[in-house]
Amino acid sequence: MTVGYEPWDTARGAEIIAEHAGLEGATLVILHALQEAFGYVPEPAIPMVAEALNLSRAEVHGVFTFYHDFRKAPAGRHVLKLCRAEACQAAGGDALAARAEAKLGVSLGNTTADDRVTLEPIYCLGLCATAPSAMLDGRVIGRLDEARIDALVAEAQR
Amino acid sequence: MTMRIFVPRDAAAVGVGADDVALAFAQAAAARGAAIEIVRTGSRGLCWLEPMVELSTAQGRVAFGPVTPGDVPSLLDAMAGNGQHALRLGVTDEIPWLKRQTRLTFARCGVIDPRSVDDYRAHGGYRGLERALTLTSDQILADVTASGLRGRGGAGFPTGIKWKTVAQASADRKYIVCNADEGDSGTFADRMIMEGDPFVVIEGMTIAGITVGATKGYIYIRSEYPHAVEAMNAAIVAARRAGLLGKRIGGSAHEFDLEVRVGAGAYVCGEETSLLESLEGRRGIVRAKPPLPAHKGLFGRPSVINNVLSFAAIPFILDNGAKAYADFGMGRSRGTMPIQLAGNIRYGGLFETAFGVTLGELVDEIGGGTFTGREVRAVQVGGPLGAYFPRALFDTPFDYEAFAARDGLIGHGGIVVFDDTVDMVKQARFAMEFCAIESCGKCTPCRIGSTRGVETINRIINGERVAENLAVIEDLCNTMKFGSLCALGGFTPYPVMSALKHFREDFGPAPARLQAAE
Repeated sequence: MTVGYEPWDTARGAEIIAEHAGLEGATLVILHALQEAFGYVPEPAIPMVAEALNLSRAEVHGVFTFYHDFRKAPAGRHVLKLCRAEACQAAGGDALAARAEAKLGVSLGNTTADDRVTLEPIYCLGLCATAPSAMLDGRVIGRLDEARIDALVAEAQR
Repeated sequence: MTMRIFVPRDAAAVGVGADDVALAFAQAAAARGAAIEIVRTGSRGLCWLEPMVELSTAQGRVAFGPVTPGDVPSLLDAMAGNGQHALRLGVTDEIPWLKRQTRLTFARCGVIDPRSVDDYRAHGGYRGLERALTLTSDQILADVTASGLRGRGGAGFPTGIKWKTVAQASADRKYIVCNADEGDSGTFADRMIMEGDPFVVIEGMTIAGITVGATKGYIYIRSEYPHAVEAMNAAIVAARRAGLLGKRIGGSAHEFDLEVRVGAGAYVCGEETSLLESLEGRRGIVRAKPPLPAHKGLFGRPSVINNVLSFAAIPFILDNGAKAYADFGMGRSRGTMPIQLAGNIRYGGLFETAFGVTLGELVDEIGGGTFTGREVRAVQVGGPLGAYFPRALFDTPFDYEAFAARDGLIGHGGIVVFDDTVDMVKQARFAMEFCAIESCGKCTPCRIGSTRGVETINRIINGERVAENLAVIEDLCNTMKFGSLCALGGFTPYPVMSALKHFREDFGPAPARLQAAE
C-alpha cells in the first residue's frame, strides 16, 4: 500500500540509517528501508546516508538514481504496475496498457492529477504463463483481460 | 477424518485467485463443521490449471482445477463424497503433462510446504548435504564436475570448474552468491523454486560453501519478486533453527550462513559482475573481466556466483551421484533443464526435462500452441536477449550448442510464444528500447548503440530509405555484438537480427521490389 507512510523526519531517518549501517554494502538496504518508511527517498536523507557509510554525497546520489525502484517524490495513493515485457506483449498486453492509460488519462510512468494513481511499466513479474500480468500496491494479478484491467483501474481510483 | 487440502501460495497461483480459494475452503469447512487442514504449497507448474488444488487420498494426491472460490462448496462435497467433480483432473502424478517430465530439480516443488524443514527432509531433502559432509572438498568437486552441470543462468559455464577455481584460491574470506535476479521475460523457474522449495537452494549453496571454504552467502533477489523474498527469508530462519545454517552445520565443524538482499529494478544486475557491484552497495555497473569473480568477486574476495537453478541442481547430484544426473541430456548439455513455456501459449508452465527435446515438441505438443488459437508465428527463446525462431527451425533440439549453431541461445530456458498477429519489426525495436533503458552505461556500443538502434528502426517503420537503414542496423548489431562489455549489449543483436533474418517481410518492402517500383 502506498497510503499510510510516515512524513519525513530527520531523527526517524537517522534511526533507520543507523539500523542498517553496519551491514556489508549497506547502501541499497538503507535506501529500500527509507523508501519503505516514507514512500520515497527524501533528498535530505542522501547526505545522511553518505555520512553514515563514509561515502561521498555523489556516490549515494549515483546509487539512488541508477535504480528504477527508488523514488525522489511520493507516488500516488495507489501504484498500478503493468508488465510490459515480451511474454505479456505476446498475450495482448499492449492493448491493455493502452486501455489503462486511456482510462486514467495518464501515460505509463506518470501519476494522475489528483495524485490517486501512479501508473508504471514493470519489466517482468515472472507470471509469464498467466500473462498479461500486473501488480497493484504489491498484490499480483494474472490473466488480465479488459474486464479485469477495468476493475483494477477502478479499484486504484477509489 | 481430517481432509488434507493443498492450495498453492506461488505468486502465479495467487495472481489468479489462490488466496481467495484457500479462504473459501476455510470458511466453507467452518460453516459445515468439516475437519480440513489446508497446506499452502508451491506450484506444480501447470499454470493454465491454476489455482490447482489437491486432496490427499489413499491413491495419492488428486488434483482439481482451475478452481474459483465459487467452486469450493461443491468441491468440498465431492472431496467428502465419491470424489467426482467437473474440475477433477485425476491423480496429480498421472496427469500426462506432469508425468512426461523428468523432475530432478523440481521434484518437491508444489508437493511440500515451503516453510517446513521437516517436510523438506521427509521428501529426501538434506540427504545431499549429509553425504557432502562425509566427503572431502576434492570429492565433492569431482562429483559436481562429473555431473556435467553447466551454469543455468544462461552462459552454460561448467559449474565444477568454477567451484574448483574458488576452492583453490586462498583468501581470508570467500563468498557464495546466488543470482536470483531473474529478469528475463518468459522465465520464472527461479521464482517458482524459491517460493515452492526454498530449502533446495539453501542446501545447494551450503554444499558450495563447505566445498570451497566459504562461510557466508548472499541471495540477490529482484524486487519484482516479493513472494520469493518472503519465502527465502522464512526458509533461512527455519534452517537456522534446525541447525542447518550457522555454526556447526548439521553437527559438523563447518560454518555457513545466508542473507537475502533485494535488488532495485535494474535488469543489468542479472549480469554477474553488475550484481556484485550492486551487492556491494554501488551502481550496477558491469566490471571488466578479468579478474574473474572466482578470483576477485564480492568485496574483492574469491566468490562462487551461480544461478538459483544451478544451486538447486546440486542436492540431487550429491544425493544420487554424478552419473544419475549426467545420464540425462545430450552432447555436452547434461542433466535436465527446467523449461518455462510462456506468453501466448495454451498449456503454459514449468516443464523440466532432459536436454534434447525439440523446440517444436515443446511449443506444439507440450505447449499446445497458442491460447488465442491462431498460428504460432515466432517464439523467443532465452529472454529479451534471445533470438526469435520461426516454425522452420522448430526441429532445433534444446541444447546449448544446437541453439548457438542457429544463432540463438537457450539462456535461462524461457520460451515466449507469439501468434501471427505479432509485428516483428516492433519486437526488434523493443529489444533495442529495452537495452537502451537498461544499459548500465559503461560501454559505448551498448549505451549509444541501443539508442541509435531504436532511431534507425523507427526510420525503417516509417519507410525511410529502408535498404540503407537495414544495412545500418546490421552494422550496428555487429558493433554491439563484438564491442560490448557484457551480454546486455552483446546479445541484444540476437532478437534484432533473428527478427530481420527470419521475418524480413515485416521490415518493409524488399530491395528488389523497391527497385522494380521505381
